[in-house]
Amino acid sequence: MKKLLAILMVLTLALSIFTGCGGGSTGSGAATDTSTDAADTTDGASSDNVIKIGVFEPLTGANAGGGELERQGMELANKLYPEVLGMKVELVVADNKSDKAEATTAVARLIEKDNVVAILGSWGSSLSMAAGDLVQTNQVPAVGASCTNPQVTLGNDYYFRVCFLDPFQGTVMANYATQRLNAQTAVIVQEVSNDYSVGLASFFKSAFVTLTGDEANILDTLNYNTGDQDFSAIITRIQQLNPDVVFAPGNFTESALLIRQAREQGIEIPFIGGDTWETPDFVTVGGEYVEGIVLSTFYDHTNPTTEIGKIFVDEYRAEYGEDPAAVTALGFDAYMLVLDAIERAGSADPVAIRDELAKTVNFEGATGIITIDANGDAEKYEAVIKIVQDGNFVYQDTIEIAQ
Amino acid sequence: MDLSILAQHLTNGISFGSLYALIAIGYTMVYGILRLINFAHGDIFMMAAYLTVFGIAFNLPWIVAIILVIGMTALVGVLIEKAAYKPLRDAPKMSVMISAIGVSYLLQNLATYLFTGRPMSFPSLPLLTTPMTIGSVTMLPLTIVTPVTTLLLLGVLLFVINRTKLGMAMRAVSRDYETAKLMGVKINQVISYTFAIGSALAAIGAILWGMKYPQVAPTMGVTPGLKCFIAAVVGGIGNVKGAVLGGFILGMVEILLVAFMPSLSGYRDAFAFVMLIVILLVKPTGLLGEKVTEKV
Repeated sequence: MKKLLAILMVLTLALSIFTGCGGGSTGSGAATDTSTDAADTTDGASSDNVIKIGVFEPLTGANAGGGELERQGMELANKLYPEVLGMKVELVVADNKSDKAEATTAVARLIEKDNVVAILGSWGSSLSMAAGDLVQTNQVPAVGASCTNPQVTLGNDYYFRVCFLDPFQGTVMANYATQRLNAQTAVIVQEVSNDYSVGLASFFKSAFVTLTGDEANILDTLNYNTGDQDFSAIITRIQQLNPDVVFAPGNFTESALLIRQAREQGIEIPFIGGDTWETPDFVTVGGEYVEGIVLSTFYDHTNPTTEIGKIFVDEYRAEYGEDPAAVTALGFDAYMLVLDAIERAGSADPVAIRDELAKTVNFEGATGIITIDANGDAEKYEAVIKIVQDGNFVYQDTIEIAQ
Repeated sequence: MDLSILAQHLTNGISFGSLYALIAIGYTMVYGILRLINFAHGDIFMMAAYLTVFGIAFNLPWIVAIILVIGMTALVGVLIEKAAYKPLRDAPKMSVMISAIGVSYLLQNLATYLFTGRPMSFPSLPLLTTPMTIGSVTMLPLTIVTPVTTLLLLGVLLFVINRTKLGMAMRAVSRDYETAKLMGVKINQVISYTFAIGSALAAIGAILWGMKYPQVAPTMGVTPGLKCFIAAVVGGIGNVKGAVLGGFILGMVEILLVAFMPSLSGYRDAFAFVMLIVILLVKPTGLLGEKVTEKV
C-alpha cells in the first residue's frame, strides 16, 4: 500500500512538470500576472495568423515593481493596437525574476519555445545585458524600454532601446546638483552588484568632477548589495562626511529604505537619484521620508508632446484609474516601435524587423519623437526632473543638453 | 571617528544584533531538541511579517494584531513540524534537513503566489518610529526597545528552560532523545512547544524588524535566516544563551565593519560567512557550546 502511494506521488510529481509546458505565458512556478489573457496559447509553435512578441520583465523579485509597470504599458499598447499586417499580435510574458541567471533562461524560452519575433524589455540594465548574447546569436531583435546602461546596446546589433543613456542621465543629475542645489561636495552610494547603479554612479562622478573642478569633491563612494535592508553604517558615514548632496542611483527597493533610515537618523542632506525611483513602491515604502526627493526620469505625463502621448495617458487613466509612470510610457513605446517596424518590413521575419528598427527615423512615440542611431539607442537629449510631493512624482523641470 | 558617531554605530549594532538574536534562538532550540537545522525558520519570520501587514490592514489595534500574529505564527510553526518533520522522525538526519529546505521554498513561493513579488510596506507604529534625539545621537525609540525586548524574552525563556517542568522536559530531550522517550516524557508535546516558542520569537523579531526595515517581500527571510543560522552556530548551536551572544556578535561586526572600513561595505554579507568558516575551523562547537558525543 505504501509502495503504491509512493509510486502514485512520483507519477503526480512527474506529470505536474508538464502542466507548466502548456501555457507558455509565465515563468516557472511563482507569481503569475492575472491579465495575460492576450498572451495564452495552447501550443508552442506560432500559427500563421498570430505574431508573438515576448515581454521580458522582472515580475517577481526585487525589481518586480518596475517590471510590472513596463508590462502595463506593453499590454495597454497591445490592447489598443492588437493587429499588424492583418495578423493578431500576442504578448508572451516571461518573468526573469530580477535575476541575471534566470534572465537568460527566460529569453531562451521566449526564443526557442514561444518563437517570438521580437522581445520587449527588460527593466533593469543588468537583466537586459544578460539577455544580450542570446538575442544576438538567435537573431531576434529586442527593444529595451527603460534600461539605460550603454552596454545594453553597445556592440549588439539586435538590442535597441527607446530611452536615453546613463552617461546622459549622470550628466543631467550632476548639472542639477551643481546648479540647482549649489552642491560642491557629494557622496555616492551605489549598489555594487548592479551594473546600472555602478555605471550611472561613475557617469555622475565624472560629470560632477568636471563641473566642480576637483576630484576630491566626491568625498566617498559607498557600496551596498542587492537586497540589503540595513544601511545604518552607510548613513552614519554620510553623517560623518557631511556632503552637500548624496547621489544614490539604485533600485527603488533599497533606495527607499536608505533614504528612510537617513531621515530617521536625522540627516537632512538632499538625496538625488535616477529613473529607477519612479515607481509607486518607492513612495509606499519610503513614506513621508521621501518627500522632497529629486530624481531624473524619461517622461512627464502631464505634458505629452505627441498625439499618441495624449492617447496613452487618457487610455491608461481609463484602464488603471491613476497616472502612468515613465517606464510604462516607455513600455508602450517599445511595443509601438516594434509594431511600426513590422509594418515597414512588411513581414514578421525577425531579421527584417531588426533591419527596420535600425532605420527608424522620427517615430512618434508617447514619450516623444524617437530616432534610432547607429548603436541602437534612441536619440534623446531631454530629461525630466521630478520631485516627490504629497506622495506623488511631480514634474519640476526639463533639462536639455544640446548634442 | 568622534564619540557621537561611534555611539551611533554602537547603538545601531546592538539593535541590529538583537534582531538577529531573536531569530537565532529559534534555530538553536530546534537544533537542541531535534538535531535539525530548520531552514524554514527564516520564512516563518517572513510569514509573520506578512501576517502583521494584513492584520493592520484590517484595522486591528496594534496590541491585538501583535498577539494574533504571534499566536498564528506559533501555529504555523507547529503545523510545519507536524506536516513536514514528524513523519521523518525516524529517518536519517539528512532527510529532515532536505524537508526543511523544501518547506522553505514552499513558503517563499506560496507568499509570492498569494501576495505577488512586489514588496509591501510594513505598517509603522508612530510611538516607536518617530525619531528622537539623545545627546548628539538621533535614533528611533525602536532602537532601544529592540535590545530590551530581546533581553527580557531571553530572561523569560531561560526561566522556562531552567525552572519549569516543560523546560526540564526540553533539556532532557535535548540531552538524550531516546532515553527521555523511554522515561515517559511526552516527546510530541515537547517538540510542538519548542517549535511554537521558536516561531513566536521569530514573529516578535519580524514585527521589530518590519518596523525598522518596512519592506516586506517573499524573499525577505532568506538572508536574515541564513545569517541567524550562522549566529546560532557561532554562539554554540543548541545553546540559547549562545544564540543570543552569536546574534549580537554578528550584528555588531556587520555594522562596525562598514563603519570602520567603508570601502569593504560591499563585503558585508561575505564577512558573516567567513566568520562561520573560521568558527567551524577553530571552535566547531561554537563559543558557548559544549562537546556533544556523537552517537552513531
